[in-house]
Amino acid sequence: MQIHSFLSPPAETARRHGPNDRIVMSSRVRLARNIRDFAFPGWAKKPERVRVLDAIRPAVESLPEMADAFSEAMDNLAALDKQILVERHLISREHAAKTAGSGLVLNREETFCVMINEEDHLRMQALRPGLQLRQAWNAIDALDTALEKKLDYAFSNELGYLTACPTNLGTGIRVSAMLHLPGLVLAEHINPIIQSVNKLGLAVRGLYGEGTEALGNVFQVSNQMTLGENETTIVERLEKVLSQIIEHEENARQTLMEQKPKVVYNHIGRAYGTLANAHSITSKETMNFLSLLRLGVDMGVFPGTERSLVDELFLTTQPAHLQRKLSDKLSAEERDILRADMLRESLKNVSRPLIKKIEPRELDKPTDS
Amino acid sequence: MSAKKMCSVCKEKPATVFLTNISADEKAQKLDLCDDCAKAKGLDTNLAMFPFADTMLGLGASQEIESAGGGVEIRCVKCGFTQADFKKSGRLGCSECYTTFAEGLGGLLKTMHKGTRHVGKAPEALRESRDTAERVKALQKKLVKAIDDENFELAAELRDEINRLTPRRTAKSA
Repeated sequence: MQIHSFLSPPAETARRHGPNDRIVMSSRVRLARNIRDFAFPGWAKKPERVRVLDAIRPAVESLPEMADAFSEAMDNLAALDKQILVERHLISREHAAKTAGSGLVLNREETFCVMINEEDHLRMQALRPGLQLRQAWNAIDALDTALEKKLDYAFSNELGYLTACPTNLGTGIRVSAMLHLPGLVLAEHINPIIQSVNKLGLAVRGLYGEGTEALGNVFQVSNQMTLGENETTIVERLEKVLSQIIEHEENARQTLMEQKPKVVYNHIGRAYGTLANAHSITSKETMNFLSLLRLGVDMGVFPGTERSLVDELFLTTQPAHLQRKLSDKLSAEERDILRADMLRESLKNVSRPLIKKIEPRELDKPTDS
Repeated sequence: MSAKKMCSVCKEKPATVFLTNISADEKAQKLDLCDDCAKAKGLDTNLAMFPFADTMLGLGASQEIESAGGGVEIRCVKCGFTQADFKKSGRLGCSECYTTFAEGLGGLLKTMHKGTRHVGKAPEALRESRDTAERVKALQKKLVKAIDDENFELAAELRDEINRLTPRRTAKSA
């Protein structure tokens, strides 16, 4: 089966709801595991990587959670398909660069995605919409327990699960959430927040993980330390920190509306104006404006428009998703024109931002849950 | 795959060094060189090699691993990985490397993590042996103390218990 027909349409994925999804876009828990007696993927020669893939893939496919899964070797996926998987946050950019000897198993619901021979033999992740770290941990814990009966993991009593990079040693866990924080960015409170989160041993990254910028005011927060602390402690610390960030973001939005409503309306109005009227727009510009549109929806200035429309556009305006719609290979300039055409069409029924003259406080109420 | 780039100086050998020189007016000048021409131009390709381990794991990471060998190159018997490879990639070669490079890694792990001992999930099959290993460790400590205290009766008891636990453990880990 082609990955195109397997993945749910963007309109559908944008409608997956979870707790606090006004600010927390998604939750993820990833475990790194390796198989005893085989070199790590970065050091193993191709035949060894292929042997590992051939051992792991059937084991993963045989799990009940993976019935009807999409399972493929990376060399059988086209570059565009890999890029689409990256844009959906299902695989890492590193994994997209892999070819022979690496693979991917993704379940029907897109809640489990297992990368084989990324940096480690196994990188298994559980994904959930909104703030659901504990649920994601429980899910991946169960999947891992089922898998350990079929595979001989590299594990030491002293150091725990042995990973290619010492930064993942021990639990091999990375707990992360993707946050939309336009309020903190507009209020210029984001840097102190990032610094204090860093001090707690947590990392703050951009939209596509390591080394990427925070396009569209989307930030990823995750744990950095994996050794010397158990999984539950790590999950709980993340939960605590996230609930504080959520509170700060809500406060920032409220304060902005009380103290600088014109600044907020100006940003949202210009974003709407550009997105709804441009004839050429880059993907970066789109992300940043869509973020403001999303903020506008949250604040109730676009009555009748749902957040899912914005989230859908977040996905469909990305380069690979845009390219997929057409058979001809587009240049970046052609994509910018096509992106603008699509945005104008999608936003034609969204009326101009509604500015109430009454108490700005009123505007903080979200239109949907 | 694109065709192999040839050296832009001798135009005979494939280029292995790709030099980008950015001048003050921000114009990038690109030069592709083969090993020999690069050396002739005074570019030491080894020196140019970036200690990736340092960027990945913090400054001094590669040095720590290197000095642990006392100047002698340590090589993993299982996979052939060396300290130099770690310096380049910041990754290890196989799970056995953690034993091979244990000395150099110790300090690194301390700066990187909350602790240096794993706490948390373990594969079920190994959980029993881990518990036993921990019990034996604790008993051995008690044994040393008992001998110090000249409490030989307790020491004999402890020794017997350790003996009872140990053969089973080795049989399991085999």
